[in-house]
Amino acid sequence: MSIAVAVIPFGFAFGIAATDAGLSLWQTSAFSLLVFTGSAQFAAVQVLGSGGSPLAAIAAGLLLNLRSLAFGVVMASALRGPWWRRALWSQLMIDESTAIGSAQADLRWRRYGYLCCGLAVFTTWNVSTLIGAGALSSSAGLVSTWGIDAAIPAAFLGLLWPRLTDPAQRRSALAGALIAVALVPIAPPGVPILAAACGVAAGWRRRTPVPAQQVPVP
Amino acid sequence: MTATVVLIGLAVGTYGLKAAAPLLLGGRDLPEQVARLADLLPAALLAALVLVSTIARDSTLVVDARLVGLGAAAIALYRRAPFVVAVLAAAAATAATRAL
Repeated sequence: MSIAVAVIPFGFAFGIAATDAGLSLWQTSAFSLLVFTGSAQFAAVQVLGSGGSPLAAIAAGLLLNLRSLAFGVVMASALRGPWWRRALWSQLMIDESTAIGSAQADLRWRRYGYLCCGLAVFTTWNVSTLIGAGALSSSAGLVSTWGIDAAIPAAFLGLLWPRLTDPAQRRSALAGALIAVALVPIAPPGVPILAAACGVAAGWRRRTPVPAQQVPVP
Repeated sequence: MTATVVLIGLAVGTYGLKAAAPLLLGGRDLPEQVARLADLLPAALLAALVLVSTIARDSTLVVDARLVGLGAAAIALYRRAPFVVAVLAAAAATAATRAL
């Protein structure tokens, strides 16, 4: 499955980024096993590595993962079965598995696509994280010499890129970036990333214009 | 220790978001506003992460070789290069700039 192969470089990058931020090998692997959402893992590790508070790191990750809630709504009808099975399947709720699953015609195939894709990505993501953290990460000097620190922004850009085709997404991204950069010199680490969430307001399409009613001021 | 706190907090919270609909919601839809928010948040946060991880060092903004790397990645992505090529281009451009 090509999608499962496509996450391998992301996994390497996450392994390297996490070790670079000071996480141990088991912590890095536990992130990929237990959190299992690439963008949120990257975000949390970035906030941690820049000296942000644990709360800011968790909040940044969860804001990014709010979309998992929406994925769950899309897939819920296909994921029928006893509660423990639904509970287990839910861990595979990621962009890729939802995209493949929701593209199928009937419920049985939706579930099948979701599970196959989810399991395949789960496997390659965790193996590549382990390789990135264990074998590819190296001392701080090498990170600088080889430009590995530049791989992290490039990874974020790669995650952002496909979203930029939509104008509302572009406005949201631009506003988020401006807010974050403006806050870096004055706010504690991690806060600029959280505040960037307000950038969503720039992409929010106004549906019905508020009627300009003249309210008499008492 | 801090990383373990983040790990547990993020893992529990993320799982809650993933499992909420399949376990609790049944077949109902999300309120439109929540769906819209969930759709737009990643772009705002990822764009912030791109810039902050490129030009912030602690609490100061610095322009250094990492920006060259980001430019290389953007060119690669614009030319529809695969992700791994973009990341390698960023690392190579940064390393080359530092070696100058």
